[in-house]
Amino acid sequence: MANETVAKVKVDPRDAKLSMAHFFVAFSALALGGLMGLLQTLVRSGKWELPWGIDYYQVLTVHGVLLGLVLTTFFIMGFQYAAVSRTTGGHSNAARRLGWIGFWIMLIGTLMAATMILLKEASVLYTFYAPLKAHWIFYLGLTFVVVGSWIDGAAQIMTYAKWRKNNPGQPSPLLSFMAVINTVMWIVATLGVAATVLFQLLPWSLGLVDTVDVLVSRTLFWYFGHPLVYFWLLPAYMCWYAIIPKIIGGKIFSDSLARLSFILFLLFSIPVGFHHQLTEPGIDPAWKFLQVILTFMVVIPSLMTAFSLFATFERYGRSKGATGLFGWFRVLPWNDARFTVPFIGMAAFIPAGAGGIINASNQMDQVVHNTIWITGHFHLTLATSVVLTFFGISYWLIPHLTGRKLTKAMNKLAIIQAWVWFIGMTFMSGAMHFEGLLGGPRRSAFSTYGGAKQAAEWIPYQVAQAVGGSILFLGIILVLIIFVNLAFFAPKGEEEFPVAEAEDNAEKAPMVFENWKLWLGITAALILFAYTIPFIDIIQNAPPGSKGFQTWNKW
Amino acid sequence: MHMHKLEKIWLIFGISALVVFLTVIGVSAFYLGNKPPSCLTTIDPEKVDQQKPFDKPGLNKVEGKAWDYELVFVASAFSYNPGKVEVPLGAKVKVIATTKDVIHGFNVAGTNINMMLEPGYVSEYTTTFDKAGEYLIVCNEYCGAGHHLMSSMIEVVK
Amino acid sequence: MAKAELKTKQKTVIEDKSSLKGTLASVFFVGAFIIVTWVGVYYLFLERF
Repeated sequence: MANETVAKVKVDPRDAKLSMAHFFVAFSALALGGLMGLLQTLVRSGKWELPWGIDYYQVLTVHGVLLGLVLTTFFIMGFQYAAVSRTTGGHSNAARRLGWIGFWIMLIGTLMAATMILLKEASVLYTFYAPLKAHWIFYLGLTFVVVGSWIDGAAQIMTYAKWRKNNPGQPSPLLSFMAVINTVMWIVATLGVAATVLFQLLPWSLGLVDTVDVLVSRTLFWYFGHPLVYFWLLPAYMCWYAIIPKIIGGKIFSDSLARLSFILFLLFSIPVGFHHQLTEPGIDPAWKFLQVILTFMVVIPSLMTAFSLFATFERYGRSKGATGLFGWFRVLPWNDARFTVPFIGMAAFIPAGAGGIINASNQMDQVVHNTIWITGHFHLTLATSVVLTFFGISYWLIPHLTGRKLTKAMNKLAIIQAWVWFIGMTFMSGAMHFEGLLGGPRRSAFSTYGGAKQAAEWIPYQVAQAVGGSILFLGIILVLIIFVNLAFFAPKGEEEFPVAEAEDNAEKAPMVFENWKLWLGITAALILFAYTIPFIDIIQNAPPGSKGFQTWNKW
Repeated sequence: MHMHKLEKIWLIFGISALVVFLTVIGVSAFYLGNKPPSCLTTIDPEKVDQQKPFDKPGLNKVEGKAWDYELVFVASAFSYNPGKVEVPLGAKVKVIATTKDVIHGFNVAGTNINMMLEPGYVSEYTTTFDKAGEYLIVCNEYCGAGHHLMSSMIEVVK
Repeated sequence: MAKAELKTKQKTVIEDKSSLKGTLASVFFVGAFIIVTWVGVYYLFLERF
């Protein structure tokens, strides 16, 4: 009975509109970016070439920007905005206006960057490493995306702050707390990329300065680049911790530990960027190792998450009378797409996380660095764990926002979609991991490398990637069918926005978790500790700067 | 804040595993010398060809150092100089490389020689070539239109 | 008789409900997977020059 009252709690229709605006952009990016991914795997199989003078690296740039930056940022902001609205009772008019302003600035920035990529003025991939020099409009567009996301995120923070003010001494709703942690982490992290774009790349591409300090730019980029991947992951964790228990009919294993793990992500996601720079010159190996240690710290909240999720499932299963060591596993609601689709994502995080620990293991990175193993790795983390969870969220959130129902047929199609994804990704990511261990490079078009024997050994894996890529594209078509159905055609009705509750006898979350001065202070201290001395070293020992290069194919 | 007993066991186990990993790679890096390539030497990227050792790319025998040879590579879009080189089996070699233009990768496929080449910086890695065979060097950092054509070859011969 | 049986059954359910031994087994499986893959790649690192 209690469930029914909860089920009626709806996201305010005005908030729903803004969330949906985000999702339209996100799923458009998925459609186009996914197509680019298919083209890449086909080209790299060596059996097919791009028509009409389209360039492989242009396609690769579109794929990375659309799926790594646009799909993720728009989906996450749309989802978190709705989650905050749902759990705090709705945004104020001021917050909503801020949200819309942020949305439009992000969209304009996206279109600016996209135009330059299509004109072949910015085939620099989504990492845009200097001294590759893109058109200044590309950098300005990226600035707009970042600034827009700050304003968009500020709306969530405002609403959270208002709730806190109205409910003194109360721990904030778990989903809102998590959304705000992720937004705060994003703002702190994007300061790095904003700094390199605004102070280095933009003046340099405008011709105001002649040269750029390459290592400073890369270091600022990776200061942002690793928390970026946690910015993708935490919304998936929000779903796993605070939504999935409700969907299966269970309870949150521990509200406090969920909050603690998010705090740990805030603290340890940022001062770890050097683990992306382990094989590069100019950085002292002791400082690299220090950041490796900090990187291992960020594994701990994921270990906690693994336990919490299994425990939620086991408690639920045993409450249904399941016995034996793994009997609870069978009674989980496998016919419910809202559970099964994210569950496959969770399962993918086991190999994904294991691979991540390997990548971060200091000198072991030499085995895998910039090989296609890395591409395989983040197609498990981002393109399976995170994205399948986002799909799973969409399957109830979109009908919730549009006032429709997820029908039985669509539910079934969604489950099929996730298995199609799983099969495609097993082929593609699996082949990428193995090819990478043999030395096959990432970010490369098809090449026989002058008939080299080693390169010939890579080609069967590349064919397997094309098979996987084609299956995945089929998966994308299915997602888009479901999305369009839920947005426009599904029968009118009410779909629940599930929000899980803690066990009845659970203790109240300690208020120290809401002490932002404390957590931001520790975050800043850790960042200063990990970065100040090496960053000063990098600046003091800098070589002559680099002038810009445009080494890619132009129209 | 309460934590379940079994979760404590799991976290102790997991954190111990992480500590063991860190100890293994830490000892290997700082006591056995297996640090990832982290050379701190800088160079003017526009004057690479005039400066030692990049004025003489290829395999150079050296005396009185902890290694027998220096294997020097100069990278530029989209080639390595030298394009092919022979190394005697069992030689202890310091691989020294840099780039004249954009960022490149330098991965001797199937080995641990895998380092970034960045304009203004010298990258170095010392190792013993103890397995005979042909080793393809590939650029594994995107550098432009010909990125996938950028390669060289090391033959480790008896 | 029937009543007594019902009672024991209920008792087992309650006991089982608080058990998280399946969870512990599952996370240890995850831990083992992490260790095996890590050791595998570390072996590759040692094997290669």
